[in-house]
Amino acid sequence: MDKVSTIEGRAIPLGLKNVDTDVIIPAHWLKTVRREGLGKGAFETIRAAPGNPFDVEDFADAPILIAGDNFGCGSSREHAAWAMLDMGLRAVIAPSFSDIFSGNAFKNGILAVELPQEQVDRLLEVARTDPIAIDLESQTVTTPFQDRFVFEIDAFRKHCLLEGLDEVGLTLARDTAISDFETRMARQKPWLIP
Amino acid sequence: MASKPRTLYEKIWDAHVVERREDGTCLLYIDRHLVHEVTSPQAFEALRLAGRKVRRPDLTLAVPDHNLPTTARTAPDGSRVPIADPQSAAQLAALEANAPAAGIRYIDAVAPEQGIVHVVGPEQGFSLPGTTIVCGDSHTAAHGGVGALAFGIGTSEVEHVLATQTLQLRPSKTMEVRVEGKLGPGVTPKDLILHIIGVIGTGGGTGHVIEYRGQVFERMSVEGRLTVCNMSIEGGARAGLIAPDDIVFDYLKGRPMSPKGAEWDAAVEYWRTLNSDEGAVFDKSVTINAADIAPTVSWGTSPEDVAPITGAVPLPESFADPSKQEAVRKSLDYMGLEPGTALQDVAIENVFIGSCTNSRIEDLRSAAAVLKGRRKAVGVRWAIVVPGSGLVKRQAEAEGLDRIFTEAGFEWREPGCSACLAMNPDKVPPGERCASTSNRNFVGRQGPGARTHLVSPAMAAAAAVVGHLTDVRNLGE
Repeated sequence: MDKVSTIEGRAIPLGLKNVDTDVIIPAHWLKTVRREGLGKGAFETIRAAPGNPFDVEDFADAPILIAGDNFGCGSSREHAAWAMLDMGLRAVIAPSFSDIFSGNAFKNGILAVELPQEQVDRLLEVARTDPIAIDLESQTVTTPFQDRFVFEIDAFRKHCLLEGLDEVGLTLARDTAISDFETRMARQKPWLIP
Repeated sequence: MASKPRTLYEKIWDAHVVERREDGTCLLYIDRHLVHEVTSPQAFEALRLAGRKVRRPDLTLAVPDHNLPTTARTAPDGSRVPIADPQSAAQLAALEANAPAAGIRYIDAVAPEQGIVHVVGPEQGFSLPGTTIVCGDSHTAAHGGVGALAFGIGTSEVEHVLATQTLQLRPSKTMEVRVEGKLGPGVTPKDLILHIIGVIGTGGGTGHVIEYRGQVFERMSVEGRLTVCNMSIEGGARAGLIAPDDIVFDYLKGRPMSPKGAEWDAAVEYWRTLNSDEGAVFDKSVTINAADIAPTVSWGTSPEDVAPITGAVPLPESFADPSKQEAVRKSLDYMGLEPGTALQDVAIENVFIGSCTNSRIEDLRSAAAVLKGRRKAVGVRWAIVVPGSGLVKRQAEAEGLDRIFTEAGFEWREPGCSACLAMNPDKVPPGERCASTSNRNFVGRQGPGARTHLVSPAMAAAAAVVGHLTDVRNLGE
């Protein structure tokens, strides 16, 4: 995973609540065996409507998306995170995220920044005309107008993102503990092996 | 000193902690990993690139379901029918190569045991009480119906589990959904879970694991419990579970992968300890009276958009939250519905009975009971029944249910995810309406522009007979 520290640029003011992962990437795009190339299908149904925010030229290379409550609900498809990465997004700001999406975003180095609705509303307003900056180290979102919002992030996730750590590699280093656990279970609950 | 009372979730969690870090993150051991073709190829590829192996192929089970066409899979000469879509074919071929190469048990597309991964797991006795079960699919929550802690994961987590048989996770909060009393006639577990989601909202369970408790669940069959737990994710909860009891043990006994002999007895003894202690505290609690629940249908594009069949399409202004009002307007526009329309006046052109929510034998029996001696209405263009597995299909055929369906004008298909998610050939055409026993009414879920009404199998069958959404209770047996 690439290191993540600051993300700065225009933010697409989507604002919608309950954006499900079928909306982020419809199922017919999921037949691929690769992670790349899904940007073409990202937000397909929203982008089909004239005047949608993705079509605004100022947001063409925007690295940030701003959405409403419960972003990424529904299907567990990590293709949603891959599609967003592929279209150049590096962060999403919303009042809340689905549990599975926030994990998938993290694994792909996409920052899922949770802020209260009124702060998200303020950012939606700023985003129409000006850039936004997210700094992971200080856990802040700032605007050119002196707005400064602090967000929470799991300490372990923050560490992994800042260092660009490979989580599978980290866990493999705990092999002895896992093997000990397996030995104990094989003794206590032998019926666990099918 | 007595230990602190724990919830069922906390007991299962604690029993699987390999290591707990200071910040509360745990390395959690995974007992069962189900794998299908859509969310696994990138995980296998990443393992290959990193030169990593599958740690516990013996705890992993692979079966294709999402992409498989549900039309005949073998030609009259016994050869396999090729899959027309090259991308689907390539993805299915990848699983067929990846799973056996890693030593993972693989149920192929023409095996009698093939089916939807969440139907196959419990049916094979692979999903057991008190185990941790994951799959790259959000409806993994279903397996909570046998008293497991089961949840959906992304592909990076699939890779993590394949390589380490663990996940790095923080414990969830706990939520109790208590339903007391008895469900009325014509009211099924599907109506119950749709009603629950309507009450708590699609974000109501976010960050939580739900335990379903109360008299209604104590009486419920395993099939019904799987239906309820399956849709926990539609209420935002990554997992939902029900304390295992004799109904579950009777269901699992003798299944191919269930423990046998003395190991069975030891397992049951342990499983009997799996319930929330007296005095255990939940972070959130909701109580529902079963008698308040009618057969329930969805009218919008979020699973929280539900109403009793006796009701009407709501007015956007009837919602307090202005952003919900806006969402409802958009939903109704997509759905082509006028506010105030009686739900029973909504005509449908398609009926889908299937999906990991409602494709088990009980679901098919319940739909067949409504259809027996009847035919689908003239306006119903397409009606299909897709059994959840080959074993469900055989059982249904042994009971003569297939004939009831075909005589009623339904197509009788091969097992798979089918029209639940529009990634195989089974799709609902743009602008058409479908009474569907699946789990999601999202925009485009059943095909671009398709309009989904989530219902129970009995309600889907009733809609097929009259050609519009209708109250199954008025149809009689």
